[in-house]
Amino acid sequence: MNTWLGRFLTSSIGKKVVMALTGLFLISFLAVHLVGNLQLLASDGGQAFNEYAYFMTHNPLIKFTSYGLYAFILIHAIQGIALWLKNRAARGSQGYAVKVNRTAGASKASVRMGALGTIILLFILLHMYQFWLQMKLGNTAMVGYDGGEQVKDLYTLVMGVYANPVFVGIYVISMIVIGFHLWHGFESAFQTLGLNHPKWTPLIKLVGRAYSVLVPLGFAIIPIWMYLAQQ
Amino acid sequence: MSADNMKLTLKIWRQKSANAKGHFDTHTLEGVTSHMSFLEMLDVLNEQIINEQKEPVAFEHDCREGICGTCSLVINGYPHGPQQGTTTCQLHMRHFNDGDTITIEPWRSSAFPVVKDLVVNRDAFDRIIQAGGYISANTGQAQDGNAIPIEKDQANEAMDAATCIGCGACVAACPNASAMLFTSAKVSHLALMPQGEVEASQRAIRMVEQHDAEGFGRCSNITACEAECPKEISVEHIARLNREYLSASVGSKK
Amino acid sequence: MPFQSNVPPGELGEKWTKYRSSMPLVAPNNKRRIEVIIVGTGLAGGAAAATLGELGYKVKVFTFHDSPRRAHSIAAQGGINAAKNYQNDGDSVYRLFYDTIKGGDYRSREANVHRLAEVSVNIIDQAVAQGVPFAREYGGLLANRSFGGVQVSRTFYARGQTGQQLLLGAYQSLSRQVSLGNVEMFNRHEMVDVVKIDGKARGIIARNLLTGELERHGAHAVVLGTGGYGNVFYLSTNAMNSNCSAAWRSVKKGAYMANPCFTQIHPTCIPVSGEYQSKLTLMSESLRNDGRVWVPKSVADAEAIRAGKKTGRDLPEEARDYYLERRYPAFGNLVPRDVASRAAKTACDEGKGVSPTGLAVYLDFADAIQRYGRSRATTLNEHNASDARIKELGTAVIEEKYGNLFEMYEKITGENPYVMPMKIYPAVHYTMGGLWVDYNLQTNIPGLFAAGEANFSDHGANRLGASALMQGLADGYFVLPYTIGTFLANEIRTPTIDPNGAEFMKAEKEVADRISMIMNVKGKQSVESFHRRLGKLMWEYCGMARNAEGLTKGRAGIRALREEFYKDVFVPGTADEYNPELEKALRVADFLELGELMMLDAKDREESCGGHFREEYQTEDGEALRRDKEFAYVSAWEWDDNDPKLHKEELNFENVELKTRSYK
Repeated sequence: MNTWLGRFLTSSIGKKVVMALTGLFLISFLAVHLVGNLQLLASDGGQAFNEYAYFMTHNPLIKFTSYGLYAFILIHAIQGIALWLKNRAARGSQGYAVKVNRTAGASKASVRMGALGTIILLFILLHMYQFWLQMKLGNTAMVGYDGGEQVKDLYTLVMGVYANPVFVGIYVISMIVIGFHLWHGFESAFQTLGLNHPKWTPLIKLVGRAYSVLVPLGFAIIPIWMYLAQQ
Repeated sequence: MSADNMKLTLKIWRQKSANAKGHFDTHTLEGVTSHMSFLEMLDVLNEQIINEQKEPVAFEHDCREGICGTCSLVINGYPHGPQQGTTTCQLHMRHFNDGDTITIEPWRSSAFPVVKDLVVNRDAFDRIIQAGGYISANTGQAQDGNAIPIEKDQANEAMDAATCIGCGACVAACPNASAMLFTSAKVSHLALMPQGEVEASQRAIRMVEQHDAEGFGRCSNITACEAECPKEISVEHIARLNREYLSASVGSKK
Repeated sequence: MPFQSNVPPGELGEKWTKYRSSMPLVAPNNKRRIEVIIVGTGLAGGAAAATLGELGYKVKVFTFHDSPRRAHSIAAQGGINAAKNYQNDGDSVYRLFYDTIKGGDYRSREANVHRLAEVSVNIIDQAVAQGVPFAREYGGLLANRSFGGVQVSRTFYARGQTGQQLLLGAYQSLSRQVSLGNVEMFNRHEMVDVVKIDGKARGIIARNLLTGELERHGAHAVVLGTGGYGNVFYLSTNAMNSNCSAAWRSVKKGAYMANPCFTQIHPTCIPVSGEYQSKLTLMSESLRNDGRVWVPKSVADAEAIRAGKKTGRDLPEEARDYYLERRYPAFGNLVPRDVASRAAKTACDEGKGVSPTGLAVYLDFADAIQRYGRSRATTLNEHNASDARIKELGTAVIEEKYGNLFEMYEKITGENPYVMPMKIYPAVHYTMGGLWVDYNLQTNIPGLFAAGEANFSDHGANRLGASALMQGLADGYFVLPYTIGTFLANEIRTPTIDPNGAEFMKAEKEVADRISMIMNVKGKQSVESFHRRLGKLMWEYCGMARNAEGLTKGRAGIRALREEFYKDVFVPGTADEYNPELEKALRVADFLELGELMMLDAKDREESCGGHFREEYQTEDGEALRRDKEFAYVSAWEWDDNDPKLHKEELNFENVELKTRSYK
């Protein structure tokens, strides 16, 4: 790895930058994902959502982007685990006898990004299994609207999952975890990219915190809403 | 307020040498007054230990006025003790109470191995500076000091970074044992001075390389370093280092 | 006869330039194989090591600290003088030279001081080039401030941390040379002896402080930049580990110690609060610009304050004695350090001290707060401002000027100096004396050089504020790298010094024996307790006021203490491990000898000058009485355990007229 890129990517700052960039991409993905998913709340028997899902799975550009997304999730996760191992080694085997809160300047989440990230990874696996895999394996019923093409009825699939209060609970808790992860991740990404400014950093922090509350909240409303709607 | 004849229980990390196994020793100390500095309290303890013909607690200290950066100690979990913006040598016993139990530990980090008891080896910091924490200006080649005006605010910001005493509290405080605050303080100080700008990009690359090679952890922006830094150096300097590093890696021709 | 000042001939202002241009040089190919050992990494040692490395010499540098950056130069607060005349206030090289000679009470060498003033301007340029963040004006140019004893504004500063920033500049240059392979760094190594071969200094014995191992290091020349010996007083503003050992070991090998009794006692330090006290903290001289020094007029009031029944604020104006303003109306609170210190001692001796120990005077900012408050109120058009408002405004001004010092005071004492007057007392701060050196900074041992506070050369009997940094860097960057060539130019045929030669082995053996002797005393008393007792003797008999009787007594006391030390000291642990108690023991052993020489020197100098005040030699109103006819010389002492021998270097003043300093 004698090239500048190799040096950059193996350096501590280069690794951080990778974390920050992939993180920011995933953050922006969440917004897109949320906008689409909110269509589940439309009282149209799932038409809007199913057509949206069809579009998303058939547009070549979006398809291409989705592979990028999977790759970024993997890179973000693997890099994160590697950082966590490295930092544990740097800290040494002998910990402090008196433990104090070391997050005076940042959020409590900042010291638990590894744990939070692991939970999120497990959640993503579950999420992909429940929806993406089911869709791919073709166990989904087809449905047609207004004489149009037949599309997969993902709406019903989602309804089925959210009929189970256990899954609703898991989804809601996972969203809280994502909220904490974002709470640190959002502003941290800007700091890592060197975008720290006495005038603008407070604004970035504010936006980041609003984002990390509102977006997970938006996601969490969906299973709760759909669960209640079926009662 | 505290009394003038305090009795303290001290739990102190003792470790014979770098490779020996360490443990906590408990000492009782009486007659501590609120005017004593924390290190003077340890002096009194050591005098007591020596009078029992035993080996005193090894701890490092020198100027005892908060500037040389020699003193360390994690006191009740806090590097340089619980007072903000204060080195251990400036910490006074009036911030403690009669009957307190105080736990004293060394800086803990793989890159700062324990030498003995509370003394650690901080040579890694010297090597980070040697990697590029300077301006290449040989003696006697300088132009007049006033040849390049420097904006007052910018000079002040450089001074804020330059005020680092190299004590290592940032590493001790960081859950990742990262020395980014230390490294960035020097990169930032020199990058902010026009004289240092010339070498800024190579400096950032070389110093970060050395930082990583020393086995320090990776910064994840927890900012515990800023909170514990006795000179209250801001993590803004880490952001500047990141910026310098990014532009040096991506933007430069090398 | 090695005892010559070697001052080059010619006009004062041209000596250095001419000499520098005509001195012998060492060619680059020879520099590569000539080795130089530098002990100490403060301003003098660090700067010299970096510069000699740049020049191409093979340099080995030693410090007992874990890092070169910890050297005590780092603690200097106020600033560094330079004759830049940026303020256009009439400053010049000559004026800086004259101020320094006069401030030193005419006991320093004219040619050295003039050279110092000449190179002072280069230091600022060099420091700026290294990135030292000096204070700046809004226009971006360098800012200056004034210091005691002078009438121009020539002090450059970086907040209250000028020493730190200059040291870091030198440290960074040194680090660069280390990374280039020109300088080899030995940290946590303490020099325990100097090795002489055929009369020339050819290396040192160093103790690796981590392992206790003794190491032999050879070189063509040895430079000591090892600082001053103020810690002989135990309590001083010096760092805890500052010591005289490197210099003293050289004295034991034949180097002369010059003017050892010239000690600077700084008037504004935080007073001693108890027996456990380990060091004293300086409060910058700049505070005397606005603070008024006073004690109660009556002993009864002082007693009430000491007993805690009254505070300084309770005393009405007419019950206070602003003794500096009363005794020295012309300079008032801004008299030089030596004068202010003695006056504080006199007040406390009269029983008017204001701390429980009786050893403190007030430094009061109440008037300044009022004055600034009124002025601010006028500026803000608040013509009917209440007393409280005026106080608030005034406090804000004081905070802006001295905030960090006030904060430091409060951290240490727990008292708020904005409300209660500060308590201050003089403390040992700097030693003007040191190894005798000639114009080349070479001691009387060929090949052994001394730079910075370790030598005696530039400050006479009293140092002016902001001049220590100037001298350390002048020696390290701009003097020694040239003058060492005068010696090394004759050494180009000398092969690499073999550290396994007989002289090295013998020196190492002597050190090992000395260490095992101290380890084997196995007595009952701690090293610290001996040091504390030595300090008390020094302060009592060789402190701010000295007399023949006390000095005789003091010398005997130290001799007795030394004997007791070798009978009853207890050093825990072993010699072959990290053992700070052993390090301390070796240093205290050397202080015990140096202290005796200081008493002897103070007794020999039957006059009062600068920081040296002999009670027998004072004017009718208690001022210092200098005796130029008899004592215008440098006392250079050749050590002998029983009868040290005095060599005198006459001081010739060709360019300044010797006058009595008056501040009335």
